[in-house]
Amino acid sequence: MNPASHSPALEVKGLSVEFPTRRGMLTALSDVSLTIARGEILGVVGESGAGKSMTGMAVLGLLEPPGRVCAGEIHIGGKRTDNLDNDQMESVRGRMVGAIFQDPLTSLNPLFSVGQQLIETIRLHSDRSRADARAHGIHLLKQVGIPGADERIDHYPHQFSGGMRQRVVIALALAGNPQLIIADEPTTALDVSIQAQITTLLRRLCREQGAGVMLVTHDMGIIAETADRVAVMYAGRIIEIGSVEDVLARPKHPYTRGLMGSIPALGARVERLTQIDGSMPRLNAIPPGCAFNPRCSAVGPRCLKARPVLVPEAQGAVACFIHHGGVA
Amino acid sequence: MRSSENALEVDQLTRVFDVSSPWLNRMIERKPKRYLRAVQDVTFTVQKGRCLALVGESGCGKSTVARLVTGLYDPTEGAIVFAPARKGLRIGRPMEAQMIFQDPHASLNPRWRVGDIVAEPIREFGLRDTAEEVDVRVADLLKIVGLSPDDSRRYPHEFSGGQRQRISIARALASEPEFLVCDEPTSALDVSVQAQILNLMRSLQDELGLTYLFISHNLAVVRHMADRIAVMYLGRIVEEADTEALFGDPQHPYTQLLLQTIPDVAAPNRDRELMGGEPPSPLDPPKGCAFHPRCPLAADICSREAPPSRDRHGGGVVACHMAPST
Repeated sequence: MNPASHSPALEVKGLSVEFPTRRGMLTALSDVSLTIARGEILGVVGESGAGKSMTGMAVLGLLEPPGRVCAGEIHIGGKRTDNLDNDQMESVRGRMVGAIFQDPLTSLNPLFSVGQQLIETIRLHSDRSRADARAHGIHLLKQVGIPGADERIDHYPHQFSGGMRQRVVIALALAGNPQLIIADEPTTALDVSIQAQITTLLRRLCREQGAGVMLVTHDMGIIAETADRVAVMYAGRIIEIGSVEDVLARPKHPYTRGLMGSIPALGARVERLTQIDGSMPRLNAIPPGCAFNPRCSAVGPRCLKARPVLVPEAQGAVACFIHHGGVA
Repeated sequence: MRSSENALEVDQLTRVFDVSSPWLNRMIERKPKRYLRAVQDVTFTVQKGRCLALVGESGCGKSTVARLVTGLYDPTEGAIVFAPARKGLRIGRPMEAQMIFQDPHASLNPRWRVGDIVAEPIREFGLRDTAEEVDVRVADLLKIVGLSPDDSRRYPHEFSGGQRQRISIARALASEPEFLVCDEPTSALDVSVQAQILNLMRSLQDELGLTYLFISHNLAVVRHMADRIAVMYLGRIVEEADTEALFGDPQHPYTQLLLQTIPDVAAPNRDRELMGGEPPSPLDPPKGCAFHPRCPLAADICSREAPPSRDRHGGGVVACHMAPST
């Protein structure tokens, strides 16, 4: 019995990432733990600098030096990957974990046709012949919904529109048949009428291939319509995690509540949006205690001293003293 | 239709860009000249103290309209008429309209102190006589947008994205305009900061009686800010109506598509029906109605004739052969 077959697509335990700088150590991620089951989409939301992309990059083993994983473990499909060296990671990327980035134009090589890029990727991860790989490439393009895939495979990236290009990138991510896909803002560069096409495609492929998807985005609307569970990040930590219905309808952490209130709704019009004053602290100026305490409306004395950890509940988990203790 | 109630009247505005290859290439490759009609026959008015929003996807010409209104481009055809300003400025062309740009990282000079950035319009237009008065005015403006007067000594890089957008707003207000053109003012910001800036813009509108032309691709933001909305597709306005009327009863199929595809946090729709297709290139727009290749209602007439703008059932205008007639 293969132990990998029933392990989750991704398991991250107590992951911390730090950047040594001249002015001291910056902790970009601290104590991040999450799991993604096969066929599940986990949304990771937060504002810029919250560490959501950093989490994806750490899983891919693509942290920019001098950044490094300083604590914790990453298991992809049951295999521990955080202690692998660069060469070993090469064989993990693509085969076990695929990546989709924000801008489809910069993730494709403009000098090679889509077919050449697909065939290279497929042959790198399997021992198919060139003709066989090409047939598989056409199959992948059809799967992601590119019309006329037989002809389009010989076209160059600039001959595709933005939405079609993102489909090609998704086809490339699927080429190695990975168990996990990291999608970092996959729809941010696209127009709204195309966004829905891409998120629907992601959901369908996730179900069909049984791959886990980590969907990193700042857009709560995309999360609401695409993800199964959601993790909210703030200043390098997960502060709330749970099912999408639960977190969006009944947010428990004051930050998540503020975030939900600050999104203008399509339904009813309000005179003023709820606003969270201030902005997220920089990594070198994270306040002691709970990182959210300077912006929190419910802050208590304990929040200024100790840092809350994620406490599991009936539904999901929350890191907030006020929520758990009433008076902190 | 000149009325003293209108802050801005735009009539039959058209802007064409010459995107031909260089002369030598055209001669050798025997290519004709090529033109891009970025904005075509756009007509709208903005009432004093109100907010009109232009929405549409990338390439629909909404930012070109913003640049035409502020005079950064000259119109190829058509007219842009502002209401007479409250008080004439002493030198130069009267500055009726000011603009807030999308990216506050690119629109502020990194080598200038914030105080100088905000003071420049005041000095250029000669709105204050002495240096002390200019300083007082700069301090006032910074307070109005929620910054501290001490911030005038600092440089733009010392501020976060939201604070930089506040500086842009202070600079735009410095020349005492009555009309502000806001080109995607919050799309580079995080949601919690976006709420701060939208709230600030709303309260400034109430306090100073400003009129906004608000440009955005985000319908939820537009619904929050605008009194009236014009939807653009490939350089034309396809539907224009009061906000509640447009959201309550969208009549152009493109408006319906936009409203359907927007993910809404309050009421997520996971099993939506998708409309296929993508916006065509504005260089080579389809004949007839530009939307007909994607339109579920398209008939013969749609591929032959461009639909004229006509009165919309329930107020406003709509440009669609299939829309219910009044």
